Amino acid sequence: MNKSEAWTLKDLVSLEKLSREEIDTIHHMAAHFKQTLGRRQKKLPSLRGKTVVNLFLEPSTRTRTAFEMAAKRLSADVISISQSASSLVKGESLRDTALNIQALNADLLVIRHSAAGAAEYLSERLEIPVINAGDGAHEHPTQALLDTFTLREKFTPEGAEQLSDLSGRKITILGDILFSRVARSNIYAMQKLGAKVTLAGPKTLVPKSFEAFGVEVSHNLQEALADADAVMLLRIQRERMNAAYFPSIGEYTSMFGLNQERASLLKPDAIIMHPGPINRGVEIDSTIADGQRSVILDQVTNGVLCRMAVLLLTASAAGTKAKGSI
Amino acid sequence: MSNILWIQNGRVIDPANDRDANGDIYAVDGMIVDQLSDVQKAAAEIIDAKGLVVSPGFVDIHVHFREPGQTHKETIATGSRAAAAGGFTSVVCMPNTSPAADNPGTIQRIKDSAARNSVVHLYTTGTITVGRQGKELAPIGSLNQAGVVAITDDGDCVQSNALMRRAAEYATMFDLPLMDHCQDSSMTEGSVMNEGLMSLKLGLKGWPSAAEDIIVSRNVIISRQTGAKIHMQHISSAESVEILREAKAAGIAVSGEATPHHLYFTDDNLENYDTHFKMNPPLRSKRDQEALIAGLLDGTIDCIATDHAPHTDYEKDCEFDYAPFGILGLETALAASLEVLYHSGKTDLKTFLGWMTHKPCALVKLPRETGTLRAGCVADITLFDPNEAWTVGDTFQSKSKNSPWIGMTLRGKVKRTIVAGETVWDGAQIVNRDSGKC
Repeated sequence: MNKSEAWTLKDLVSLEKLSREEIDTIHHMAAHFKQTLGRRQKKLPSLRGKTVVNLFLEPSTRTRTAFEMAAKRLSADVISISQSASSLVKGESLRDTALNIQALNADLLVIRHSAAGAAEYLSERLEIPVINAGDGAHEHPTQALLDTFTLREKFTPEGAEQLSDLSGRKITILGDILFSRVARSNIYAMQKLGAKVTLAGPKTLVPKSFEAFGVEVSHNLQEALADADAVMLLRIQRERMNAAYFPSIGEYTSMFGLNQERASLLKPDAIIMHPGPINRGVEIDSTIADGQRSVILDQVTNGVLCRMAVLLLTASAAGTKAKGSI
Repeated sequence: MSNILWIQNGRVIDPANDRDANGDIYAVDGMIVDQLSDVQKAAAEIIDAKGLVVSPGFVDIHVHFREPGQTHKETIATGSRAAAAGGFTSVVCMPNTSPAADNPGTIQRIKDSAARNSVVHLYTTGTITVGRQGKELAPIGSLNQAGVVAITDDGDCVQSNALMRRAAEYATMFDLPLMDHCQDSSMTEGSVMNEGLMSLKLGLKGWPSAAEDIIVSRNVIISRQTGAKIHMQHISSAESVEILREAKAAGIAVSGEATPHHLYFTDDNLENYDTHFKMNPPLRSKRDQEALIAGLLDGTIDCIATDHAPHTDYEKDCEFDYAPFGILGLETALAASLEVLYHSGKTDLKTFLGWMTHKPCALVKLPRETGTLRAGCVADITLFDPNEAWTVGDTFQSKSKNSPWIGMTLRGKVKRTIVAGETVWDGAQIVNRDSGKC
């Protein structure tokens, strides 16, 4: 908590633009919130009287519920709007929809959109904080924050006071990188925390040009998984197969699915992650998804904590600015 | 009393006649003449061009004036005023209007409007296929009779090689050039920007330059086979320049244009998802940009054309994926192109002006000699100061404001635009005129 003064941003749009210190600030606050989880009264009063609007213009279970839960734990009022229930279907522009939400006196806007850049676009046009809950194939910053928080937790020795960072860790992200906002945000977050990132998968979905991000690109799973401290799997979508990015789901599983044999290449204490939703038996064996090394459900739990931190920090930054301008 | 013009003391540059010298230009009743008699001199309107370049009026073979059908973006009245303000005296309008200019009636409708509303010479193109649908041939012979200067499905590319080959073959009967917007659409589904590092970073769907290169190659092959003149519109990729270079060396009747925006910007300019940098074809890499410049310098690319494509502010103010492609070009073309090609030291003014005057004229079927100050030609003349710096504001003669140059300071200012002997732009405003100049 003592590091929260390292935060001045009104919006959270991307991990690319976040500093190491800002990531630490969120993670330390999330760790603090984790201690309140065991309490009978989980609610904190921090955002009492504030209204958070979740504008989700793409399907989502986990992220939307986690944002709702995070806001409610902080005592905020929450309204969630989906595409089909919004005036966007009547042809209202995103700009007008968002300006109306602001005019209704919402205090924070959480936006999920299929178009890359949509969160940045709104952040430039709204006074209130805009939090990116996923914009097309661009970024999904809170997902990367919860993923790296989960990694840090797992790599922090028991009894240590501070979270470890990811220095010297090899982390492999495997799957549809080209269309993945989760991969992009995680590349930035993991690198800022010191990890070496390897991207793996078929060449059509993991083009070599990703090397410009400072990562390794591999199409050989032996190489990509060997001695990795963690592997993060990404969901494979049928629509990519229809667009000829790979021949068939069956071939994908046989070439790139994570099975027991391939999992044995990882370091013995390596962890297995997936942002969900998972396709059991496609990118990951069912038994591995449920296995000892899987932290898939820890990721979900941590998602609420990291989002609580993001809501609180951005709301505070916006509040400070408002006071300053009076 | 005839209308006599005497432009004095300017640096006269007429690339078509290899002329670059200080001197005077004369016009009588809208036509250039070699000299004036003493009586005419006494009666002439004198324009002092000291310190200015006196050039043939610029010619843009690629503009969208949106009339009929999309007049909320631009009209022939506003588009032609934008042309005049940019120093252009002749423009060639693309046929992707609504309805498409795929029949003589629509062509006539555009010409009628131009006669009433245009302040510059306005030429039409017809489509290659009915409704620009790429399925059946438009009435190319009738379009030719209606006076189109080329045929094109601009905005869309004829995907069928068989159809393109027949169109090319058929058009040779009328010596009518084809202009093609080179894009294999099977490779660009959902694409909104160049495929490269920047598209990976932004998470936007990439548009490989191969989609252009494949169609440029196709058109080279069809031109060789049919003898048809095929012009490649707004070339954006280094490989396409190379393909065109080899084709020209082999004597094939193909040509190409480059836009000021592909010369000036790269896909790095998209980093903030600014939709003013969204165009088709997309801004590409530094390497492609350099290849376009080299292509102009060695004659592979024949001319500069703006692809002036107005869209309203509310159409462009949205998510990047949803914004329409295209930007304004006419009013910034001279300055932006001078910055890249002249002020950078890459070429001289005479060579540069060739790309803006007689060279584009040679690519389309104009009814008379244009793009030169030769005696006997229509007196279309542009006076400009190549060195004057100005900051692009957010008001334009165009009806739209979708320019990526807003706020930038560029060198090169149009001081006067003369169409058929009459001043239509005086360096600050449009000079009111009663009738069109089509």
